[in-house]
Amino acid sequence: MYYRETGQYKTSYIGDMAVFPIRQDRIGIALILLAAYVGIPALSSEFVLKTIMIPSLVFALAAIGLNILVGYTGLISLGTAGFMGVGAYACYKLTLAFPEINIVVWIIASGFFSAAIGVLFGLPSLRIKGFYLAVATLAAQFFLQWSFVRVPWLFNYNTSGSIEVPTRTLMGVAITGPTASLEAKYLICLTIVVLLTWLASNLVHGRVGRAWMAVRDMDIAAELMGIKLFEAKLLAFAVSSFYCGVAGAMAVFLWLGGAEAGTEFSIQRSFVILFIVIIGGLGSLIGSFLGAALLVAQPTILKFGLPAIGIPLTGANAEHINSMITGALIIFFLIVEPLGLARLWQITKQKLRVWPFPY
Amino acid sequence: MSDAVIAKGDGDAARWRKALPALATLGALAAIVAAAMTGVIARGNLVYDVFIDPFIAIASLPDLFVQTVWEGFVAGVLYALIALGFVLIYKASGVFNFAQGIMVVFAALTLVGLYEFMDNAGLPAGGFLALLALVLTLAVMFALAVTVERVVLRPLVNQPEIILFMATFGLTYVLIGFGEMVFGGNPKVMITQALGLPTGVSDFAILGGRVSIQHLDVAAAIIATTMIACLAFFFQYTRIGRALRAVADSHKAALSVGITLNQIWIVVWFAAGIVALVTGIMWGARSDVSFALDIIALKALPVLILGGFTSIPGAIIGGLIIGIGEKLGEFYWGPLFGNGIETWFAYIIALIFLLFRPHGLFGEKIIERI
Amino acid sequence: MSDAMTRMAPADVTMAAPARDGEVLLKVEDVSLSFGGVKAIQGVSFDIRKGEIRAIIGPNGAGKTSMLNVINGFYHPQQGRITFKGNVRSAMRPHEAAAGGIARTFQNVALFKGMSTIDNIMAGRSLKMKRGFGWQLWRGGPALAEDVAHRRFVEGIIDFLEIQAIRKQPVGRLPYGLQKRVELGRALAMEPDLLLLDEPMAGMNVEEKEDMCRFILDTREQFGTTIALIEHDMGVVMDLSDRVVVLDYGRKIADGTPDEVKADQSVIDAYLGVAH
Repeated sequence: MYYRETGQYKTSYIGDMAVFPIRQDRIGIALILLAAYVGIPALSSEFVLKTIMIPSLVFALAAIGLNILVGYTGLISLGTAGFMGVGAYACYKLTLAFPEINIVVWIIASGFFSAAIGVLFGLPSLRIKGFYLAVATLAAQFFLQWSFVRVPWLFNYNTSGSIEVPTRTLMGVAITGPTASLEAKYLICLTIVVLLTWLASNLVHGRVGRAWMAVRDMDIAAELMGIKLFEAKLLAFAVSSFYCGVAGAMAVFLWLGGAEAGTEFSIQRSFVILFIVIIGGLGSLIGSFLGAALLVAQPTILKFGLPAIGIPLTGANAEHINSMITGALIIFFLIVEPLGLARLWQITKQKLRVWPFPY
Repeated sequence: MSDAVIAKGDGDAARWRKALPALATLGALAAIVAAAMTGVIARGNLVYDVFIDPFIAIASLPDLFVQTVWEGFVAGVLYALIALGFVLIYKASGVFNFAQGIMVVFAALTLVGLYEFMDNAGLPAGGFLALLALVLTLAVMFALAVTVERVVLRPLVNQPEIILFMATFGLTYVLIGFGEMVFGGNPKVMITQALGLPTGVSDFAILGGRVSIQHLDVAAAIIATTMIACLAFFFQYTRIGRALRAVADSHKAALSVGITLNQIWIVVWFAAGIVALVTGIMWGARSDVSFALDIIALKALPVLILGGFTSIPGAIIGGLIIGIGEKLGEFYWGPLFGNGIETWFAYIIALIFLLFRPHGLFGEKIIERI
Repeated sequence: MSDAMTRMAPADVTMAAPARDGEVLLKVEDVSLSFGGVKAIQGVSFDIRKGEIRAIIGPNGAGKTSMLNVINGFYHPQQGRITFKGNVRSAMRPHEAAAGGIARTFQNVALFKGMSTIDNIMAGRSLKMKRGFGWQLWRGGPALAEDVAHRRFVEGIIDFLEIQAIRKQPVGRLPYGLQKRVELGRALAMEPDLLLLDEPMAGMNVEEKEDMCRFILDTREQFGTTIALIEHDMGVVMDLSDRVVVLDYGRKIADGTPDEVKADQSVIDAYLGVAH
């Protein structure tokens, strides 16, 4: 009823090229932002912030990064967690070396380090394609993971062998470390994610995004069109790794408060982010958020949902069921809706436009 | 852009350009050896430690070298077996089956789990029971093949390869969850003796030292070789083998000439399941059987890129190169890097090969047309 | 429609009338290309003059598409020389050829299937868009202004090709005839000096062919683009083109006006078949 675009005429190309050309969409996004900034911190319990909201944001950012590579440019990468790790360790070393500079600056700057590493491991993509490239990115994953464990300089020779997040403040309020409040961490996360999502949206809607998608859909034709493949591919690797790196730094500093490389930046995590991208929707920014929210919330829903409807569940079984459901979801989406949750979202909006009529 | 075409482009100049890296490498190596002999570099110098020291170690204790190579060889055979499972399915259905590694674990777990269950149920332990468990496991693998065909592959006919690839990721997670739920997460011990596999050790005195060889490893090598030969024959010379190759080329075209995709897929996945079972038994006998083994599937991937996704000989030779290279690397060069380099060394070897041969050692080169 | 197009056309496009005896734009001399043992092209020479429509014909497997691939740098010939706009070309990458002003369409439509019609044609403007990565991040100000300017040009092409209705549809779902049209639009967006068309009318019905012929002729009239095309429909070839070169088994067997070629005995033999 209320979702109608009737009477909204586009009178300029700028209006037609806007990311949200329909007024209701713009209002909707404003409401979501308002809820995220005011509603959620005010209403959510610590548990929800810690186990759902913050990790959703972190994974959504990493998924946007991976989506730029897989969904937009068509290059499969299984090294996401490795690049996240680079960001985390870079941020740790930077804030130890220059504690006087604000941690938020370092969280974002750490993305540049993983971008550099990403470009390095993206170089083979100029010669190899498809599955061969997927396997080649595993080289990055395993090598980086190994470095996180075996190069003590990276974790500052801590006896625990892991990052120990120091307390850092922003305008007098602690935002990292054990004393920081979850609300503060959440708001910082949210701000970084909103900012970077806006930038990503700008990129994919402009010349750069078109070049990436052209490479994805038909690389030969793209090259004959004057698009330089090596530039487009390496740029995709750089931007993608930048996002993953920032997500990694956020994961350690704003979510976990410490990290052990063996588990936090393992191949399993790379897979999870790939699943978020597949389930959320290849080549969709909104999908990255939807997919992250689903996969992050799923274990919690199972843990509390199943006993609530009378199915007893032990901790170990919950994990197994979670893994099975994740696998089944992937197969389900690939079969039924290869464009994932993002496509379902679009269909819903389409239905809403003509509701209560079928079409 | 097809590299074949670029390379052919400019005749002699191109040939020289191609040879240049090789010549440069040779020159650099000669310079290092010369520097070491004249004493310019010595122990403690990184260049010396990487290029000279390990070779002195090899020359001074040749028996240790042979032992390392043998262990690498056995590991390589097992890598090759897993890689073979991948190649089989890829050649025959165009699916890059990421779940192959989990199928190995799943098959081994099923075998041990069934044996234990029947043993507990009061059946006499021993060879007969093992055989029964083996047959039942085969039945389970067949059921798995049918299920995969029905639930995953049939709805995805004619989809891009990449979609099928991702679907096998889903399959991996379903199998992990299901397997752990049914068999539990605890490691199990492979029923090596009940299956009649040899367990002894023989020592040979060669090159002024001793090399010990596990009988099991010999058996593994023999069984693997036999199985590979059978499969190669099956694919090359039977009617089904030919149909399989047609399917791999194009689902649509294969359907249009009357090949029943569904049957073919069941056959292929069952074959891959058998390969997985054999690999699982061999690997399980050397360590224990648990889901931690799925790491070996990731080990098999560099073997694949080395050998090429479509080549059975490639899988074998690739497996041996990675197996031996990895063991030698870890033993002689590992300490330099603080050990544990096994996790990525194979990938780096494969990556270096890839840069020179983008389709693997034996993979089919695709001439791009437009 | 044509008014709009003229207005859209940027100033640097030559609006010269087609010149039958004009200067040579592209010269192919003694080019040979082989794959392994297969000789795709053997010692072929011909030229394309500015403003003309040049057809390349020949039976299947004669090396026509390979010839186009050589011209736009996708294949590198083992032998021979290619002169484009007076410069002898060394082996160049396809994107360099594109920057030099060569655009093309493909035998099997090679559109970007996941993108809309507009985005496909906009992709053809890639080379003309100069705003760097920093501006793209912001996508306001100069980057947006640039995008809008090019969008305006692209809308001109959309009007020209009469595909307004499918502007925002993903091209993967369009019927074949329309895909071919979008592909032509994408090539036109590059404002090429030389446009290579690989079987622009394959698989079309008579009406679609007539439309396509009209677009090809209009393209030359309005943009002064030089066109080289491969086509199997002899009626179309003879009507459209100024000069025809005939290939058979990788060799040139005839070259001249449509009438000359039609009368050539070796061409008749190649098409009707004689014992080789």
